[in-house]
Amino acid sequence: MNAPERVNDFVVKFANVNGTGSASANTLLMRAIFRMGVPVTGKNYFPSNIQGLPTWYEIRVTRQGYAARAGHVDIMVAMNAETYSKDIREVASGGYLIYDATWPRNALLQRSDITVLGVPLARIVNESFDGVRNRVLLKNVAYAGVIAALLNLDLEVIDGLLRESYGKKQKLLDSNMRALRLGYDYAREHLQCPLPLRVERMDKTRGHIMIDGNTAAALGCVYAGATVGAWYPITPSTSLMDAFKGFCERYRVDSETGERNFAVIQAEDELSAIGMVLGASWNGARAFTPTSGPGISLMNEFLGLAYYAEIPCVVFDVQRVGPSTGMPTRTQQADIMLCAYASHGDTRHVLLFPANPEECFHMARQAFDLAERLQTPVFVLSDLDIGMNDWMCPDLQWDDAYRPDRGKVLSAEELDGMDKFYRYVDRDDDAIPYRTLPGVSAKGAYFTRGSGHNQYGVYTEDSAEYQAVLDRLRRKFTTAAKWVPKAVLTGRGDSRIGIVSIGSCDGAVREAIDVLAREKIPVDYLRIKAFPFGLDVESFLGAHAMIIVVEQNRDAQLRSLLTLETSVEKSKLHSILSYSGFPMTCQPIVDGIRAALAEAPRFSVVPR
Amino acid sequence: MSFINKPKIAHPSMPRNALGLTRRQYEGAMSTLCAGCGHDSVTAALTEACWGLSLRPEQVVKLSGIGCSSKTTAYFMSGAHGFNSVHGRMPSIASGANAANRELTYIGISGDGDSLSIGLGQLAHAIRRNVNMLYVIENNGVYGLTKGQFSASADVGTQSKRGDVNQTPPIDPVLLALTLGATFVARSFSGDKAQLVPLIQAGLRHKGFALIDVLSPCVTFNDHEGSTKSYTFTREHYHAAMEADFTAPAAPISADYPEGEALPVQLHDGSRVVLRKLESGYDPSDRRSAQAFVEAKLGQNEYVTGLIHMEESGSTELHTLNRSSTVPLNRIPYERLCPGSAALDELMQRYR
Repeated sequence: MNAPERVNDFVVKFANVNGTGSASANTLLMRAIFRMGVPVTGKNYFPSNIQGLPTWYEIRVTRQGYAARAGHVDIMVAMNAETYSKDIREVASGGYLIYDATWPRNALLQRSDITVLGVPLARIVNESFDGVRNRVLLKNVAYAGVIAALLNLDLEVIDGLLRESYGKKQKLLDSNMRALRLGYDYAREHLQCPLPLRVERMDKTRGHIMIDGNTAAALGCVYAGATVGAWYPITPSTSLMDAFKGFCERYRVDSETGERNFAVIQAEDELSAIGMVLGASWNGARAFTPTSGPGISLMNEFLGLAYYAEIPCVVFDVQRVGPSTGMPTRTQQADIMLCAYASHGDTRHVLLFPANPEECFHMARQAFDLAERLQTPVFVLSDLDIGMNDWMCPDLQWDDAYRPDRGKVLSAEELDGMDKFYRYVDRDDDAIPYRTLPGVSAKGAYFTRGSGHNQYGVYTEDSAEYQAVLDRLRRKFTTAAKWVPKAVLTGRGDSRIGIVSIGSCDGAVREAIDVLAREKIPVDYLRIKAFPFGLDVESFLGAHAMIIVVEQNRDAQLRSLLTLETSVEKSKLHSILSYSGFPMTCQPIVDGIRAALAEAPRFSVVPR
Repeated sequence: MSFINKPKIAHPSMPRNALGLTRRQYEGAMSTLCAGCGHDSVTAALTEACWGLSLRPEQVVKLSGIGCSSKTTAYFMSGAHGFNSVHGRMPSIASGANAANRELTYIGISGDGDSLSIGLGQLAHAIRRNVNMLYVIENNGVYGLTKGQFSASADVGTQSKRGDVNQTPPIDPVLLALTLGATFVARSFSGDKAQLVPLIQAGLRHKGFALIDVLSPCVTFNDHEGSTKSYTFTREHYHAAMEADFTAPAAPISADYPEGEALPVQLHDGSRVVLRKLESGYDPSDRRSAQAFVEAKLGQNEYVTGLIHMEESGSTELHTLNRSSTVPLNRIPYERLCPGSAALDELMQRYR
């Protein structure tokens, strides 16, 4: 009862035990498929643990190049006996399950509508290799060999990847290649290879890379000229600073003197991390901190200071599941409201919403430019799915003509030409004052404070003086709306239904639009890339009779923000929410729009 | 508070430092603290010390947290940038600012509440990182701005103005700093300007984190009988163990020291500190014995003052540990920071 032939369009899921080295075998397969020119995504569902708990890795082979999770499994590689019963239930009818048949599992693995394939992996690996740890690691490579045979992967491509990984470690390379062939040959000899679900070469990955968002964001920080990074380790943002440090060690160390043109400081907590970023930014360095929701909670006090004292800073919030500690290794978009209004008192912050690693790279640069131009905190709201999973995206490109926008910082010469310098006077009528850096000129000296101050930077308890500054800060937010990245419109713009979404929902929304198009349901789609919302958002909301807001949290935070910060009629906004912690799939969007149409028949699906 | 706003114009007879600046040019805004507040004496000592060292005001950064003590930054050197941050978090601002520009002189002013309660963690970690800065704690044992609650430095048995007796053990910043590996630890008294000024100067020239705990009585909430942080109590229980004389580079050591009692220490910039032992057998270079001595004296209700511990050659500050560029990070041209498009194209191969 095999599935009909499905080339380059299926999902393989690997069920492993974490800490056993399975990740490298799984990414090996994903990269091999990518190198065969076939679009692919790799999503890692891992526990908040170092060793011994169940972990899954899901490869979606997608000829159409969809970025979202598929939501079903065609081939389950069940390598964790503890989760057999759960894993077998997840396989779609007509699919396959591969397990280690060294030990009989007949009773456990009963399902008549799928094909169960047993490979005595442990036995064949143990017969060929010594050492407990070695056997555990190489068993992963052996199952990679089995899958390679079943999916018809090009062994030469996999060999090439292994050579790149173990180039100089000949012994390691040999054992990996042997293990790969053990699995491959066993499968070719005992199983029907290839499966109807298989890979055939395409040419759709040329000019593309597989990269995770944290790496891309870190690279963006390097290219933006960031020199100070302060952080406190927290999943899922840690790899961002790890990558920044790695790139800096490669690109920012003077080859002659060994001096480093960067400083990465591991702080004692997030309060201190953001404090260091503010200190460094205030002092004229481009500084940033990567964190996640719990870190933002701690940083609130300083974020208010940065807003009120007008200190640039860049915060990467790689969102994970809340509230509280929540599920640290699962994804969500639940920090939108927290970041938009972080800290006590009247505060509003600039947010950027990258949808993929490529945007993480470019938004890192934009975030620094905006922060320094506007003299205020800028948040880049990524999430675990974007930050830690491998995404296929176009090669990152850099324009060498780019120069950082350092904003209104007065030089010694400019100060000399001035009568007197006042920190918070709106000289240009754009609500952005001028600032000075310490060490430049005694004339530029001023006092930075979070207490009430007037436009001259002097302490005040005078209502009118206080309000003048606060009102200018509100106007500054209006200025910000003109400069943040514009939203991306997909569709002709005249459909009755408009989808509004952000960030990593993008892949699922795009896929849903294709599905709906086949059902002759036309929709427009506006992906918002920043807050404050621009006029483009306002007019899209006004132009569509039914707005579907798609986001990954329970409380419809984006929808709330839209109702608060635009003039949209609240009843027009319908929510489609996904907050399971797994990346969103297209199905709830398709179902949600169908349901909304069924409830509101006046929204005929017939195109106007 | 003082109501006399001093004129900024200097009388020709006023002494000038090497930069040709008078003391007036090292003063700041008028203090709004209570008349007789110890903190104002600390301000005067800071002014004197900075003037004496001929620091360029624009090369100095003054940082503080929140509280009476943290207002001090506004009251001296108005030609320097000031940063009055949030409660207990000044050390992180200072760390970041210092990371961005290693050339400036950083002066942090804090209090016992700011440093030992809400900001204890930040203080401890700034010491561990050995941020190159002077860190002054104006220590009076109470919260002034909120009207006289005990702080974490209040001694057991000390009485509040309302009559409450403190029963929780105090945190002594000097012992804390010694434990955490601080390379410059001093204690002084706001009323002893002769001791405090050279200590501040030595602290400013020390390469690394220099902590000075200054007993600085609160006239309004902690200067009564029964308080162990009053002017009277402090004077009576003040134990000067080690005086420090600061000498600028190239200047001759003029004082005549009895043999065996003077201990000159060379600082990184060529200046020197001559330590004068008032207590025989005391060795300020030995962290353990310094700690034992301070602890023993505290047990006898005595505050050891002076330069309690100093480690100049072994001091490895933040930038040394980081192997930072000699050119401050905030001045490195962008062209040297951005690897450029060719490097990016090459890097892309790694992700295929």
